[in-house]
Amino acid sequence: MLNQIFVAPFVDMFAAPDFLLQVLWEGLVSGILYALIALGFVLIFRSSRIFNFAQGIMVVFAALTLVGLYEMGVPAWVSVVLTLGVMFILAVSIEKIVLRPLVGQPDIILFMATIGITLFLIGLGEIIFGGENKVMITEALGIPTGSVVFEPWGGLLILEEKDITAVGVAGMLVVALLLFLNKTRMGRAIRALGDDPQAALSVGISLQTIWVLVWFIAGIIALVTGVAWGARAGVSFALEVIAYKALPVLMLGGLESITGAIIGGLMIGMLEKLFEIYWGQPILGGNTETWFAFVLALIVLLFRPQGLFGEKIIERV
Amino acid sequence: MLYRTAGQFKTSYKADQALFPVKQDAILLGVILVFAWVVFPLAASEFTFQTLLIPILIYALAAMGLNILTGYAGQLSLGTAAFMGVGAYACYKMVTLMPWMNPIVAILLSGVFSAGVGVAFGIPSLRIKGFYLAIATLAAQFFLVWLFEKWAWLYNYNASGAIQVPNLEMFGVYVAGPQADSLVQYYVVLAIVSVMTMLCINLTRGTLGRTWKATRDVDIAAELIGINLMKSKLTAFMVSSYIVGVAGALFVFMWRGAAEPNLFDIPLSFRILFIAIIGGLGSILGNYLGAILIVGLPVVLGTLPAALGVPIASSMVEHINVMMVGALIIFFLIIEPHGLAQLWRLIREKLIIWPFPH
Amino acid sequence: MLDDTKPASAGQTVTDIALMELQNITLRFGGVVAINDISFDIRQGEVRAIIGPNGAGKSSMLNIISGFYTPSEGQILYKGAPRPAMRPYEVARTGVARTFQNIALFEGMTVLDNVMTGRLTHMNAGIFSQALWLGKARNEEIANREIVEKVIDFLEIQNIRKTPVGRLSYGLKKRVELARALAAEPSILLLDEPMAGMNVEEKEDMSRFILDVNDEFGTTIALIEHDMGVVMDLSDRVVVMDYGKKIGDGTPDEVRNNQDVIDAYLGVAH
Repeated sequence: MLNQIFVAPFVDMFAAPDFLLQVLWEGLVSGILYALIALGFVLIFRSSRIFNFAQGIMVVFAALTLVGLYEMGVPAWVSVVLTLGVMFILAVSIEKIVLRPLVGQPDIILFMATIGITLFLIGLGEIIFGGENKVMITEALGIPTGSVVFEPWGGLLILEEKDITAVGVAGMLVVALLLFLNKTRMGRAIRALGDDPQAALSVGISLQTIWVLVWFIAGIIALVTGVAWGARAGVSFALEVIAYKALPVLMLGGLESITGAIIGGLMIGMLEKLFEIYWGQPILGGNTETWFAFVLALIVLLFRPQGLFGEKIIERV
Repeated sequence: MLYRTAGQFKTSYKADQALFPVKQDAILLGVILVFAWVVFPLAASEFTFQTLLIPILIYALAAMGLNILTGYAGQLSLGTAAFMGVGAYACYKMVTLMPWMNPIVAILLSGVFSAGVGVAFGIPSLRIKGFYLAIATLAAQFFLVWLFEKWAWLYNYNASGAIQVPNLEMFGVYVAGPQADSLVQYYVVLAIVSVMTMLCINLTRGTLGRTWKATRDVDIAAELIGINLMKSKLTAFMVSSYIVGVAGALFVFMWRGAAEPNLFDIPLSFRILFIAIIGGLGSILGNYLGAILIVGLPVVLGTLPAALGVPIASSMVEHINVMMVGALIIFFLIIEPHGLAQLWRLIREKLIIWPFPH
Repeated sequence: MLDDTKPASAGQTVTDIALMELQNITLRFGGVVAINDISFDIRQGEVRAIIGPNGAGKSSMLNIISGFYTPSEGQILYKGAPRPAMRPYEVARTGVARTFQNIALFEGMTVLDNVMTGRLTHMNAGIFSQALWLGKARNEEIANREIVEKVIDFLEIQNIRKTPVGRLSYGLKKRVELARALAAEPSILLLDEPMAGMNVEEKEDMSRFILDVNDEFGTTIALIEHDMGVVMDLSDRVVVMDYGKKIGDGTPDEVRNNQDVIDAYLGVAH
């Protein structure tokens, strides 16, 4: 048993380094998507203290809208633009109908409201698009579907082109977001909101505008994630589950840390894959990816309650 | 004038601490109990037992367990369904390993197992707070459901991976399993839920209740006035998980009759959270009101259109139901963040002074 | 202290016995020294004030006494014996009760329940007894309710007994907080700026209550306060802190004439 836990996995890793690379690559692809979703959470949390549980369903909703529009005969790229429009309308409606009347309520109430939004969107999505699985319109969007093969150390490493595209697009989106947050007035206002709401508002941007904007950004993120993940696993309400994975990322990285979200996402993506392949499947019967990230985050937090990137909190009376 | 409290004076602290210091409340409760114990059982059809009465009671109990933890002690949990699962699987193992065991004893004991698991997963609450803790409870949710699936011993190595409730007898009457009568099961559920409600009311109004509420409201101040936060939080996890575990055992043994691991997945956790929140966090009554709404809504939606002559496909009913629940949650949060129980409290305050404006 | 059999006019005078002695207390946060080698004592039955400009370390001092912070160096003698390292709730159980600068009442509970939380350290019925509301739990509830009602009478808050504290005015909240601390029947009562943010009338009420508590029950009181007039009238002895150091200690008159204290308050450059 001890051998199985402490020795065999590492022996396997060294024996087949190409396979190890393959595993890490798969983990990286998931990880960057987790990071992206976590970033959506962080933006909304920093600007409004709302823990947005609806992020997951937004991924599904965006992907369903895109595929649904295409199936109605709308050209692929027009569908993308229209879907962005839908996500914008969604952001405006959420701000007007849900958030504005709930300003100043305790955190848990706002959190519950986002669960309300989640259920509403699940029901609405099923009514409009039906509950059955759909196939992502990968080719129509011009995403390459071949694969690139490497042969490191005489082994085999297969990178699917749609994954490479996903990593590329997600990476660019992360960079674009960072630039937006650091270089534009609006972006700085969003970041400042987490630290000092009054000061942030004094730059002359209304809170409502910022909220609509962050929810719209979350919508864009949802669409990108939906396309990337949908291309791998199909479009269904099961996609929501991947958004749950952003939660342990937030635990590790901190609810307010942008860097934490990115590094935490990549870490969790790769570690859960490694654990599943080298420990989960041989020892535990597999499918450990459903809980590994949560348990990992839990253990880390037991030792560092402020997360990996948070500063130690000094409590005051 | 019906709810006038003037003239009802208390002459001792004992009288003031009575369960229903106001006479009308006691009368109202009496009426409800007569309906629950006599009128419903006489009048209800099989359909009403199975779609309304039994599930409302069980969901109310589960929500009550969650409410102890989240509403009273302030520790947000998203893993309720998994702890229900622990109760259900523990009960299944007990009645299959020890078939001579009294089923009600088995159900009440199964809560002990979920209480243990609950305390274990409650330990992080000593270091982690708020949303971080909520995410931590998801670790319990996902890990336990995975365990229900992978640990074949739990379901006696069934090929299906599911648990089937066997016929269980008590004093010559079937109380669980395919041959059990709905009326009997209703009475078992009603008795257990009534007793548990009584115990919860007592716990939440006494020392422990004040300890929990203090922990919830200002934890640092609570510790500085002498509350051991670790004890306070862990007892909340223990009591909460016990109740939730019993609710889980009832859920499978008195209602569903069978269970697969994914029955205890996250949607069930959320449904119970909704009941607690829509009903009112920090209220016992609210759990019942919330359960009536959440369990009753799909039944109304399912029967109303047909009654009105507008047939809707059942899958559509399901979708509309999900959407309506979502909209209702938002609606109730906006009009009354403290839930249906608070709404009733306000109505009652109005009734006490009615028909005068002040 | 709330015992009926004792004549209300017990009027304990200040004794010479030290109830608590703080010896060479130093407190650091990382590199910042909040309290630097301070020693003073609190005598049985006296009203001891800790004063000083903002940032002098007064609140940190109170937090050390109530166990919220552990001093980096130094020790505390309490009731004649060194106090070991303890969690705050254990300190509370040794008879230390306190109020807070920014009111820390339990907003979701009524006034009565808030004051009852002050009795938690005296209640220990088991969970089963509580769940069944029988025997010990029930008797305990009634006995402690009686003590709490006396505190409520004493502080003249009978009419708001069943009001949720969220609905109270600031001044009343401060009074309820005092009631909660008093209900614990503490050996030493710590008051963190009991008059902060009050108007003149409320301050007069609060001063009267503090003096009454000290006179009638002989409770030892340590308080932090900004209003110098109030401090000089209320206290038997005063410790003056500035930049984490002790710069004066003595009766109000002695402190008033201390050159270092005058400099600190008039802002002479260091």
